[in-house]
Amino acid sequence: MSEKLVDTLVNMKEQEALEIAKELIESGEDPLEILGSCSKAMEVVGKRFETGEYFLPQLVMAGEMLRQVSEMLKPKLKGAVQSERLGKVVIGTVKGDLHDIGKDIVVFMLDVNGFDVMDLGIDVPPDKFVDVIKEFQPEVVGLSGFLTLAFDSMKETVDAIRGANLRDKVKIMIGGGQIDDEIRRYTEADAYGLNAMDAVTLSRGWIGGS
Amino acid sequence: MEKAPEQLYQEREKRTHDAIQLQVPDRVPIMSLFGFFPARYAGITFEEAMYDYDKMMKAWVDATVEFQPDMYENPFTIRYLGQIMETLDFKQLKWPGHGCDVMTSYQYIEGEYMKADEYDAFLFDPSDFMVRTYWPRVFGAFDPFKNLPPIHSIITYYMGLGAFAAFDSPEIESALETLLKAAKEAKRLIGGAMEYAERMKQLGFPPQFGGLSQSPFDTLSDFFRGTKGAMLDMFRHPDKILEACEKLLPIMLQIGLSAKSRGHRRVFIPLHKGLDGFMSPEQFNTFFWPTLRKLILGLIDEGLNPFLLWEGDCTSRLETIADIPKGKAVYWFEPPFYNVHRHARRCEGLLQKAY
Repeated sequence: MSEKLVDTLVNMKEQEALEIAKELIESGEDPLEILGSCSKAMEVVGKRFETGEYFLPQLVMAGEMLRQVSEMLKPKLKGAVQSERLGKVVIGTVKGDLHDIGKDIVVFMLDVNGFDVMDLGIDVPPDKFVDVIKEFQPEVVGLSGFLTLAFDSMKETVDAIRGANLRDKVKIMIGGGQIDDEIRRYTEADAYGLNAMDAVTLSRGWIGGS
Repeated sequence: MEKAPEQLYQEREKRTHDAIQLQVPDRVPIMSLFGFFPARYAGITFEEAMYDYDKMMKAWVDATVEFQPDMYENPFTIRYLGQIMETLDFKQLKWPGHGCDVMTSYQYIEGEYMKADEYDAFLFDPSDFMVRTYWPRVFGAFDPFKNLPPIHSIITYYMGLGAFAAFDSPEIESALETLLKAAKEAKRLIGGAMEYAERMKQLGFPPQFGGLSQSPFDTLSDFFRGTKGAMLDMFRHPDKILEACEKLLPIMLQIGLSAKSRGHRRVFIPLHKGLDGFMSPEQFNTFFWPTLRKLILGLIDEGLNPFLLWEGDCTSRLETIADIPKGKAVYWFEPPFYNVHRHARRCEGLLQKAY
């Protein structure tokens, strides 16, 4: 674990963090150790977001730094064992809605917190969710939507999952700009989240993991 | 006896203006943001509303007459856009029948329409940057404009006349022909807005807004850098954000002041990225609020009333945004008033100053 790398990542010092990561790689440090430092840093960033110390810009910057470090590590990671994942989550923005900023941040936070995430993108029809659930067999499905029209699309998606006899195989969480408990009841999802950390907490609760 | 439209117009205008000035109105004024509701209510598709002048006119007039808000919303400049956007091959929206279902509202397509390393070009000459870099990215029809010489280099007979040679290309000729076609469509759009305004006047409804504007940071983030780009810039190029916002401020002010030339007082300012969920109070105080406040004050100085729609929770910054003159602006909160009410003691100043 490199305290310096953790510290610079947590404090949004992008250039310094990338230089430290580069030095560590060049000095022959175990790439999985470097990734471990990144995970530790992301955990702190997530906590700070939860407590209201950090906001979206910090999450976006953390994601960007992690992406760059991962790129640097890629050649070294060939053949390395993929770390064990806690469980599988399928996520997408529902039919008719083209918004992805919030969804992308949820995907990022789930990924750095150890979940195997399949991102279906935007404007995803109910049938697509059903097909992917059959194939990928996730424990959790996340439906994202920003517009009010997403309420009906979410409901249709939950109905389609039920219609395919898959409803008891997955927990369904919804999230997005206007989502609250009333919408959760309307869509018959299991839970809703107000932000990316809520998605992590919900998934942990359903799947397990610390 | 029924009241004459002129009298209704004056009563409604006074009702609204009294409320803004913190005078007690005869009753609470009602305004509406219909969205595409009048189309649905009239039984036409959203796509028809965006393309069919007569159908849109009838649907929106009928809805206003039936629901009787105190002010009308002019749909033409924000909804009757299908044909002109198609002509220009507009990239920033998907709209009903063009990427969206015919009964789904148009949606904005996020993008880095200005790259991080283009701040200096924008700051040096925003108009030149827009014509030669931004327009080609936003309007497919103007892609050839990227080959034009700097607009500011054509000054006089010995500085620039030769640069006109760049216009002599089949691509530019075609782009200019499209521009002329779009101009005719824009004229029809403006004509629709004027006809709608006149019909509303004859029915006794004043307009909600005479113009609109946007906070400099939102303009930069929404249309130029993208949400993600602008957030990364907060760490990588904070000074450039501040410079760009200062550059955009007089432009946003000028756009907002156009309400005055139309003889109206109210200016609509939708707000997107300055909310609790999007940035910290510190980031808000640094990047968002200073130029927005200057914009608000600039409009008020010219006798206008900014109408700011805070499109989300801004509970943590209520004290900050209360710092505007009393009885001059309207703050419109989403989620609604309970939010302010719950925090009434903390934002007493706000409640006294803004309605």
